[in-house]
Amino acid sequence: MARVRVKFTFPPMLIKEPVIHNMSMQHNLVTNIRRANVTKDKGWVVLELEGAQDAIDGAIASVTAMGVRVDPVEGDVIEG
Amino acid sequence: MTKLAAKNHIVGLKCKECARRYPETALHVCEFCFGPLEVEYDYEVICQRASRKAIEAGPRSMWRYKDFLPVQPDDQLVDIGAGLTPLVRSKNLAEALGLDQLYLKNDCVNPTYSFKDRPVSVAATKALEFGFEILSCASTGNLAGAVAAHAARAGVRSFIFVPSNLEAGKILGAAIYDPVLVAVDGNYDQVNRLCSEIADRYHWAFVNINMRPYYAEGSKTLAFEVAEQLGWRAPDHVVVPVASGSMFTKIWKGFQELAKTELLPERLPRMSVAQALGCSPIATAYFNGTFNVKPVIPDTIAKSLAIGNPADGYYDLKIIEESGGAAETATDEEIVDGIKLLAQTEGIFAETAGGVTIACLKKLIASGKVRRDELVVAYITGNGLKTQEAVADQVAPAIQVGPTLTSFEEAFCKLDHPANVAAVA
Ligand SMILES: Cc1ncc(COP(=O)(O)O)c(C=O)c1O
Ligand SMILES: [Zn+2]
Repeated sequence: MARVRVKFTFPPMLIKEPVIHNMSMQHNLVTNIRRANVTKDKGWVVLELEGAQDAIDGAIASVTAMGVRVDPVEGDVIEG
Repeated sequence: MTKLAAKNHIVGLKCKECARRYPETALHVCEFCFGPLEVEYDYEVICQRASRKAIEAGPRSMWRYKDFLPVQPDDQLVDIGAGLTPLVRSKNLAEALGLDQLYLKNDCVNPTYSFKDRPVSVAATKALEFGFEILSCASTGNLAGAVAAHAARAGVRSFIFVPSNLEAGKILGAAIYDPVLVAVDGNYDQVNRLCSEIADRYHWAFVNINMRPYYAEGSKTLAFEVAEQLGWRAPDHVVVPVASGSMFTKIWKGFQELAKTELLPERLPRMSVAQALGCSPIATAYFNGTFNVKPVIPDTIAKSLAIGNPADGYYDLKIIEESGGAAETATDEEIVDGIKLLAQTEGIFAETAGGVTIACLKKLIASGKVRRDELVVAYITGNGLKTQEAVADQVAPAIQVGPTLTSFEEAFCKLDHPANVAAVA
């Protein structure tokens, strides 16, 4: 079992879709939403994914392919 | 009195989102809501200790503000002389831009030539306190040099992760301090991800990951110094180059803390964000009137500002709103013009981030968002010798002459330059 913390940022066309629900069903993951901000045309969700590492990788690849941006919850590391 | 002196000015870490508290450890994300953690202080204790007089009598570096930084009294400071950089009263540039009072905070002259020495000095000090033996970061330039240099001084090893396609010249400024340089096959985004995973597994102090709450505090000294150098007053307006947005939030926090501890009157500056157009997620959100920062893929010559998914973007937008500031963007061409203008009016050669600041300041004045009668401070955060490619084709070539007076004078006569008119007359 593996666990990762990620931030999904949704494009407007996916806001109304049950992306997280579908993903967890398809890839057999437990999702745990910690924080979110979704308005009618954009939004992000900070969540934890729990499941087999392969399943997590597959889930991230599939939502990325749909147009969701996936980032580590650290946000972007500070850089110089 | 003795009781107060013994009292800790650090309360611990606190989640910026849900306000849960954590002990003072190498932790940067809230376990509950995954929000960012920030150092929380007991300002009563700071207030008792800090005074203008004590600060003015302190060391000639950022460590004169130690009472406001998250270190313990008996910490071994990792200090290579960061901070207390010049605040230059601009004459020529102020005139060119039409400002009454413009000051330039020249952070190009830090030990490793960028403001990053400030946060890294705090992170390295804290890493030693926590007993870490390896200092680390992901970087494409400024941070790499700062971390490697401070690790050398602290006598610990450093691991610096960079994208493998980085220019050799950029690597040298870090390599000279003898870190372990790890070139990662991938773009900067991927280097970041890898480092998050490494930080999870290894007991290393990643200055911008697990040490981040302490690291970030170092940038407050950019506010403290400006206030002191202005004779203990806040500017009316400051313009700051922004990438992840961290420094911007800490400059604001710095001015707030001075007001809170009665070292400054209540009046705080207006805070404006300067971004490169090719990587402007925060400015774009500002223009669109939203607090929702949409990540972008960076495409700009301002590489040090190329963070497409700024961790503190939301907080920056809140500060813009609260302080009555604004945001502006600069194209690559405007950035180069900004670098040249600053160099040719004030003799300060800044890297691309400085070009962004000057270009954005110019536009903020034109749009009336920076008013001509305001006392303005522009933060110049990195040295131009680091990004020479940006302006290499923009400077006039040398005139070629033989080693004789005749040869020189032949060339001199052809010069279209006011100096030769004056010299011949
Ligand atoms: C020279 C320079 N100026 C400004 C910044 C922006 O700092 P921040 O990421 O805290 O917004 C950086 C690095 O990110 C930098 O290297
Ligand atoms: Zn929290």
